[in-house]
Amino acid sequence: MLIAPREAYAQTLVELGTENKDIVVLDADVAKASMTVLFQEKFPDRFFDLGISESDLICTGAGFAVAGKLPFVNAYANFLLGNGWEQIRLSICYANKNVKIIGHNIGASSGKDGPTHFSLEDIALMRVLPRMTVVEPADGLEMKKAVRAIAEHVGPVYLRVGREATPVVTQAEDEFELGKANIVRQGRDLTIVACGVMVAKAVAAAEELTAAGIEAEIINMHTIKPLDRDTLLQSVQKTGAVVTAEEHSVIGGLGSAVAEFLACSRPVPLRIIGSPDKFGICGTYEQIHQAFGLTAERIAQAAKEVLEQKKP
Amino acid sequence: MLKDKEELLHQARLTANKMRKNILLMTHRAKGGHPGGCLSATDLLAVLYKCFMRIDPQKPNWPGRDYFFLSKGHSVPALYAILIEMGFLSEGEVEDFREMEGRLPAYPSCEDTPGIDMASGSLGQGLSVANGAALAAKLNGTDQRAYVLLGDGELHEGQIWEAAMTAAHYKLNNVCAIVDYNKLQLDGSVEEVKSLGDLKAKWESFNWHVLEIDGHDYEQIYQAFVEAEQYRKGPSVLIAHTVKGKGVSFMEGEAGWHCAAPTDEELTKALKELSRVC
Repeated sequence: MLIAPREAYAQTLVELGTENKDIVVLDADVAKASMTVLFQEKFPDRFFDLGISESDLICTGAGFAVAGKLPFVNAYANFLLGNGWEQIRLSICYANKNVKIIGHNIGASSGKDGPTHFSLEDIALMRVLPRMTVVEPADGLEMKKAVRAIAEHVGPVYLRVGREATPVVTQAEDEFELGKANIVRQGRDLTIVACGVMVAKAVAAAEELTAAGIEAEIINMHTIKPLDRDTLLQSVQKTGAVVTAEEHSVIGGLGSAVAEFLACSRPVPLRIIGSPDKFGICGTYEQIHQAFGLTAERIAQAAKEVLEQKKP
Repeated sequence: MLKDKEELLHQARLTANKMRKNILLMTHRAKGGHPGGCLSATDLLAVLYKCFMRIDPQKPNWPGRDYFFLSKGHSVPALYAILIEMGFLSEGEVEDFREMEGRLPAYPSCEDTPGIDMASGSLGQGLSVANGAALAAKLNGTDQRAYVLLGDGELHEGQIWEAAMTAAHYKLNNVCAIVDYNKLQLDGSVEEVKSLGDLKAKWESFNWHVLEIDGHDYEQIYQAFVEAEQYRKGPSVLIAHTVKGKGVSFMEGEAGWHCAAPTDEELTKALKELSRVC
């Protein structure tokens, strides 16, 4: 089954809009792409299109929060966080305002729109900010739970929302708690830590590895910050080797967060799978993932590399 | 009513004088801060807080409060000074300005200080914040107002004009911006650094109701706030012509006092001048 994360996000937002009258939704002229238009149709009074002005959007959201509202501010991740970063730092994080920042078209999900519209640096930009919670659900099903969880959480949150339909790998009955990673698959030989669409690719890689007699444990690290260190450490103490996978630059994202922690707590062989330190190209979503090496094959190959490295 | 107004403005004048003294005490003791742009905004803040703001020092987060946002965050000693006069902070706290202990950091922090709703220090953000609070008030059907104090140099920031469009588009007649137009910024005169051109025409072309006043004339300040409140079609802006360093002879009109603390001698001289006024 395939679900577009943005569709799951917008549908859940509409559900929440009925339940919580304090929710307001702000967008920057991308309401059709972000699908917040669904909220607009249902609750026109609580929807505000501020036009193409992301800095203004962020601070207007902060103003709503001052007045006790629960704002969800939406735009393409790259433009929202790039234009609005200092605003997020000061008026949301330093001021400690309860604003939900929703980055759309994350990773390479803008596809043929190309590198100007990709967002491969956004985790790094948000993860460095004190008080910020950073979330990227594994699939559309988990997105629905995540949207509810961030609405409940009091404090700044950044949520990554992809555009393309992606495989559903989580189960309806799986629990979702911010900051508490889910173990998708148990294994003894190495730990694969993934977020977003890369969780599905990790599952595919693990199946490939099983055929080679390698049992990978997969952690769905849906909350990149705060990182669930306990779950990670427990797994790594068992396996002694790690591969991380994310639809984000190899610099500053999930892989960096894992490496920062493990380098200090339990150094083990590690590979970081993500987009390389260069700009992308135009292409279909799948073509770009191939070009960046965001594939099950690359994860499996990295798994074999760390296993080789951990041999005594 | 008229008598009330006269009494209120008399109180505001006394308040402003105390504020000026505290601004000087704070910056002197901290050996830092921005006294020039505090003193230019003092009369505006004194009238706004003493005559118009509906706030409760016992309940700083009272949901029915009017909002004030200091977008030009470097003028925070002026804000601390009025919050002392309104009973949100105590007189003794002037000693805490820029100190590690206490509630008076170098730039506004809403986490630390009662009566402050938003952090600032990075310029250009306050008008957007005011719009958000004003939109929320509209949504709630309350008559709460959102005031924001902008610097003139701050108007170089593009976000100000994004927010100006937002306020006009949503016809936010509960937003009142105040430009502390003291004509001087860190690197010199605003005209030389980057001219604001015809400022009144700029705001008018953004569909704002513009009130151009002498920012040290209490009657004009009072009347402008009244007219801003009465104007129903959209947001209002007070372009308040002010003097940087107002009230201290040797600081007036000097860009050097944008960011400089008075020495012991200068403090004594300034306090003496202010004591002669009230």
